[in-house]
Amino acid sequence: MNVVVCLKQVPGKFKIEIDPQTGTLVKGGTDNMINPFDMNALEEAMRLKEKHGGKVSAISMGPSEAKESLREAIALGADEAVLLCDPAFDGSDTWATSHILSLGIRKLGQPDMVICGRQTIDGETGQVGPELAEMLGLPFVSCVSRIEEVAEGHVKMQRMAEEGHHVVEMQLPGVISVVKEINVPRLPSLRGLMQSKKASITVWNARELGVDVAMVGSKGSPGRLVKVSRPQRSTRQELLQGSLESQVEQLIGKLREAKIL
Amino acid sequence: MEYFLNEQQQTLRSLARKIAEQRILPVRAELDEKEEFPWELIREMASSDLLRIFIPEEYEGLGGGCLDLCLVMEELSRVCGGVAISYGANALGALPLINYGSEEQKRKYLPDIASGKRLAAFAVTEATAGSDAANIRTTAVRANRHYVLNGTKQFITNGGEAEIYSVVVMTDPARGSRGASALIVEKGTPGFSFGKKEKKMGIRASSTRELVFHDCRVPAENLIGREGQGFIIAIRTLDRSRPGVGAQAVGIAQGALEASVEYARQRIQFGHPISAIQAVQHMLADMATQVEAARALVYAAARTIDAGAKSFSEEAAMAKVFATDTAMRVTTDAVQILGGAGYMRDYPVEKMMRDAKITQIYEGTNQVVRNTIALELLKRKAMRE
Ligand SMILES: Cc1cc2nc3c(=O)[nH]c(=O)nc-3n(C[C@H](O)[C@H](O)[C@H](O)COP(=O)(O)OP(=O)(O)OC[C@H]3O[C@@H](n4cnc5c(N)ncnc54)[C@H](O)[C@@H]3O)c2cc1C
Ligand SMILES: Cc1cc2nc3c(=O)[nH]c(=O)nc-3n(C[C@H](O)[C@H](O)[C@H](O)COP(=O)(O)OP(=O)(O)OC[C@H]3O[C@@H](n4cnc5c(N)ncnc54)[C@H](O)[C@@H]3O)c2cc1C
Repeated sequence: MNVVVCLKQVPGKFKIEIDPQTGTLVKGGTDNMINPFDMNALEEAMRLKEKHGGKVSAISMGPSEAKESLREAIALGADEAVLLCDPAFDGSDTWATSHILSLGIRKLGQPDMVICGRQTIDGETGQVGPELAEMLGLPFVSCVSRIEEVAEGHVKMQRMAEEGHHVVEMQLPGVISVVKEINVPRLPSLRGLMQSKKASITVWNARELGVDVAMVGSKGSPGRLVKVSRPQRSTRQELLQGSLESQVEQLIGKLREAKIL
Repeated sequence: MEYFLNEQQQTLRSLARKIAEQRILPVRAELDEKEEFPWELIREMASSDLLRIFIPEEYEGLGGGCLDLCLVMEELSRVCGGVAISYGANALGALPLINYGSEEQKRKYLPDIASGKRLAAFAVTEATAGSDAANIRTTAVRANRHYVLNGTKQFITNGGEAEIYSVVVMTDPARGSRGASALIVEKGTPGFSFGKKEKKMGIRASSTRELVFHDCRVPAENLIGREGQGFIIAIRTLDRSRPGVGAQAVGIAQGALEASVEYARQRIQFGHPISAIQAVQHMLADMATQVEAARALVYAAARTIDAGAKSFSEEAAMAKVFATDTAMRVTTDAVQILGGAGYMRDYPVEKMMRDAKITQIYEGTNQVVRNTIALELLKRKAMRE
């Protein structure tokens, strides 16, 4: 059972800055980490490998710093790691991201399963999984909370629903996205960490992937971010004046007005 | 400060911190409350290789030294001193085997300790033999190819949970401390049982129990070193392990310092955070300085051991005394800075203060450890004259 895990590197400490000119996230900072849901995806892939054999490949589209996240994946037990990295990919929307990832996965060779996180904690669209499946021409199941069984050519899973869960079967190869309830990701071992420092990470650029650069990046992406704004804070402050008794009176009046009392 | 840790040590430290913050932190209050042995955490540490680090490479370990062990102890203790000592006592139990065990003994036990399959413990203390460790009464009488043990050890960390016990017993009571020997006793040996589990002030996640030997037959090949070496093995083992207790103390103190800084910045009195009050600032400054000094001394002692120094009793003793007295002071001040909240179980510092206290008592009380320092000091002076 060969599994590809899609990992995105996201900022670890959240002090989100939005570029007022372009309306995009100002990235950077050193506290990067693997998107938490993608840690669940990796853990599930490791468990599938431990049970059914095969290999786990981690793939990421991002800047060269994302190598560190891929190294972490290797420390946790991934057999290989590929970074899809090119200045032309900068500012790609979810469609472009999925397009690039789909070419990367094709180049790796069709796996039995692709596992994504349910969504990222920065972009938060949850679109990459389903888009990727579409582009790879594979079936897709979202929000998987348990893999019940893997048999010849198909997989039986539970997916989270508003109330309770669905039990679904999907033919393989296929793409799934997982929720955090699916497992508790393991911690790395010291030996794994030390080995991962020496591991080589494959890097493929636009040319090696055969990406048409006119279709990706901030220029080529079909999606356009129109506006990002902070929600208005609507807390109004008012200082009551007067004697204690009158302040209490006023307060009761205001609470009645607001239909709290 | 820059301690020039190598790449593996830096990685080890951040891994231990990760385990402490992600796995220990969420359960530490519950473990303390319920006095529950942290098996799940021990297994997690084992799968992260933390139990391998102090075992030589030939026996499936990672060949780390005293400093590596100290780094882990410090990081675990920063979050929970109780979980940390369960880890530390395992290393303590393995030390006599690593340093004095025969090739067969090492091959038999060390790989299991490295993988975490079996935990170890170290047992000297008895009702009559605390600081006066030579006054042990547990006897081991040689009978053909066995020793027959009778007696009771008390206050043994990891008692009941560990499978491999390095036990110091009297093989020749007439010879006093020269009649002591160290033996390996495995859990499950007929005649070996566990007495009461102590209810403790601090480090409550750890297990402290009596070991009871009643006509317990142990194969003669379980003798560590030679007959009569037991006391010296015990003393030397403690010399090696004391920086680890120092590191435990540094970790506890570091945790208390961080909690104090965080609280001082948030707590508003007289219209401003209490961190704006100079009296509080000076307490924080003293705490931080003492913790750093303790850390530097502990690392230096650990490095002295790792460098292969022939004698290091004094260095190890100094690191233990200074760091553990520091932990007691710093955690007491932390409770002070948190005021009434500090006294409450909702905040972590009262536990840290309870946990800190034991570090001044075990592996030699700080009075006894000072005796060691003074003895070395005076011996050196006398030798020069
Ligand atoms: C507010 C906002 C601001 C943005 N600003 C920028 C910006 O400044 N610069 C910019 O380049 N893009 C920006 N983007 C778009 C960004 O590229 C998207 O985050 C990206 O396309 C992935 O979408 P997502 O994060 O929503 O992933 P989701 O669709 O939520 O991710 C689902 C899963 O898909 C997989 N996945 C997603 N992305 C990757 C990846 N890169 N590599 C491997 N696997 C992946 C993971 O398994 C993940 O768990 C922005 C998006 C938003 C919503
Ligand atoms: C939680 C816990 C875990 C422990 N784990 C282990 C373990 O795993 N293995 C093990 O073998 N033991 C263990 N011990 C025992 C521990 O090492 C002893 O408790 C310690 O050495 C002190 O002995 P004691 O309690 O008998 O105190 P005592 O020796 O009775 O001391 C009482 C007081 O007298 C002082 N004192 C005694 N003699 C002198 C002296 N010569 N000079 C100055 N002051 C002196 C002491 O400093 C102390 O203040 C543990 C103890 C505890 C509490």
